[in-house]
Formats: sequence, C-alpha cells, structure tokens
Amino acid sequence: MRNMKILGELFLTFMQVGGLTFGGGYAMLPILQREVVEKRGWATDEELTDYFAVGQCTPGIIAVNTATFVGQKQARVLGGIVATLGIVAPSLVIISVLAGFINTFAELAVVKNAFAGIRVCVCVLIFNAVCKLWKGSVKSKLALAIFAVVTVGSLFFDLSPVLFVVVAAVLGICLEQFAPAARKSKKEGEV
Amino acid sequence: MILLLRLYWEFFKTGLFAVGGGLATLPFLSQMADKTGWFTQGQLMDMVAVSESTPGPIGINTATYVGFTTSGVPGALAATLGLVTPSILIILAIASFLKAFRANRYVDAVFRCLRPASTGLIAASGLSVAAITFYAAAPAGILAGVQWKAVILALLLLLVTRGIPQTQKLHPVVWIALSALAGIVFSFAGV
Repeated sequence: MRNMKILGELFLTFMQVGGLTFGGGYAMLPILQREVVEKRGWATDEELTDYFAVGQCTPGIIAVNTATFVGQKQARVLGGIVATLGIVAPSLVIISVLAGFINTFAELAVVKNAFAGIRVCVCVLIFNAVCKLWKGSVKSKLALAIFAVVTVGSLFFDLSPVLFVVVAAVLGICLEQFAPAARKSKKEGEV
Repeated sequence: MILLLRLYWEFFKTGLFAVGGGLATLPFLSQMADKTGWFTQGQLMDMVAVSESTPGPIGINTATYVGFTTSGVPGALAATLGLVTPSILIILAIASFLKAFRANRYVDAVFRCLRPASTGLIAASGLSVAAITFYAAAPAGILAGVQWKAVILALLLLLVTRGIPQTQKLHPVVWIALSALAGIVFSFAGV
C-alpha cells in the first residue's frame, strides 16, 4: 500500500518534470533540483549531480536515465520503470496530438513554406549543438582524430552509426589496457 | 503487429547506442529513414523542429513523432518504449555501484573515445541534412541548385545566434518560429 503511494508520487512528479521542461538535458536540471531534491527530498544535490553525470555518459536519453536512478532509489526496479513512464507520458500525449494535426495539414502551402523555413533553422541548431558538444568532447589530438574519422566515414560511407559507437568504445578499452602511456602523452598534447 | 515490433526493435537499438542525449539519436533516425522508408529525411527535420519546440526531452519527442507517423498512437508507444528500455536496464544494473562506475578507469577511457565519436555522428547528420536544405538537384548547372533564400536565412541565424552572446539564453523555439515566418513570407517551398 505504501509502495503504491510512492509509485504514484514518482509517476506524477516525473510527469510534471517532463511536461514542464523544454529541451531536456541541462534544461531539466533546475526543475529536477526543485522537484526531486527540494520538494521531495528523494536525493541530495550531490546525488543528483552524480545521476546526471552518469546519465550523460551511459547510452540513452539523459532525462530518462536520471529518472530511472531516482525511481530506483525510492522503489527499486518498479520505481525506476514508473519514474521513466512518468517522464515520457507528457511527450507521448503532446506529440501524438500535434503530429496528427501537422500531418493532416502537411499539404497546405502555408505549412509547406513554414517547414521549409524551419528546416533551415534546424540546420543552424544542429550546427550550434555540434559546436557546443565539440568543446566538451574534442579535447585531445586522439579525440580530434576520432571525430574526423567518424564524421567523414559516416558521411561518405553507408555504415551504421552502431559500428562507429562500438569501435570507439573498444578503442577506449584497448588504449586503457595496452597503452596507458598513450594516455599520458595524450594528456600532454591536450589543447 | 510486425510493424510495431520492428519499431520497438529499431528504437531499442537507438536507445542502446545513442550516447550524449539531445540530438544523439539523430544519426540513428537518419539511417532508419534510409533503411526502412518509414519517413523521409525532410520529415525527420520537421520532427526535430517540433520536438525542440514542445515540452519533454528531445529524444523522446522525436521517437514519439516517428512512431506516430509510422503507425499512429500504438506506433508512438512502441517507439518510445523501445527507446527507453535499454536505459532502464542499464541504469538499474549500475545503480547499485554508482560510485565505483564513476571512478572506473575503463569507463572513463571508453567515454573519452565515445564522446568525439558521437559528436562526429551528429556533425555528419547535420551536414547531410544541410546538403538537402541548401541545394536541390537542378539540371541547369551547379549554381542553379543553390537555395539562396535558405542560405541567406541560415547566415542571418548564424550571425545572430553566434555573434550575440545574450541570445544563447533564448529558447530555440524563438528561432524556429522566426524561421517559419520567414518561410511563409518569402515562400521558401516555392508554393
């Protein structure tokens, strides 16, 4: 019974977080801090920072990873699942309604023109996102080489992105295992 | 039913290999468009724009949108649940040894290589959508295909978003709305 109450609270709290945040990722952190740390006391600021840091470097959506952590801490496996369902619920409803609406009017000239303009904006937004990611990820000559190989390889060859991700992960393990010296010299070469 | 299972599986793979949140799912969705024919690259850009302009994590919004476009509300559910399943499994697995995970040198090494790879994948997706946005195959020579209106709008957006630091605090929906307006006023789609 008590468990049901916690699960309900988890769902509603994360539903609020999902429905109130535009953009996910770091945009979500202040709202999570307010709801999860200050109002509910489900985690400390430090724990939330840990969840976020790990959520960022594990696969998947950062917001979902963080929600799973918090839910798991409160009510084990079921808590993790319920918190995640809560955070995705608003998206499911809002996007389904909006998508139905947009798909119905997609053939109108005004909608076509609007989206043709929006596509230009999306290119610029992707460019800006890449610049931001670049600062956090391309910090050494090795990282620059990986970035260049993946960009060119993915652009000009019909290869699955999965392949690049797996190869990069294996490369990381091999470097750590067989060439810790390379890591040192890489650090010296940091730009 | 088969389509729903395929949607779930494709998004499961995306959730398993997309690292870094936000636009990290884009390269996988772009490949999905080519492989399955469920939606076009142009539609994908529209979906990204709508996902950035509505509440909720961008990755979840895009998955819901793709699922809905492919197979209605059941499709939206299948895609979103597929995307979050790997997250839930991975986070539940590492939640009990979070501190050890953060301090592990192999984990650290893997992510030093994964981050630039993920940035490279997003950069490549950005370049390929830029190619179809700014250039339309034209029979009348190389320059005839250049979409000058789109190029001018992109340069203006770049100038404002990168040149004026104060604009970084603005939500992307501002630029998306202005671009939609420009698209309608100057009939970007030519209709």
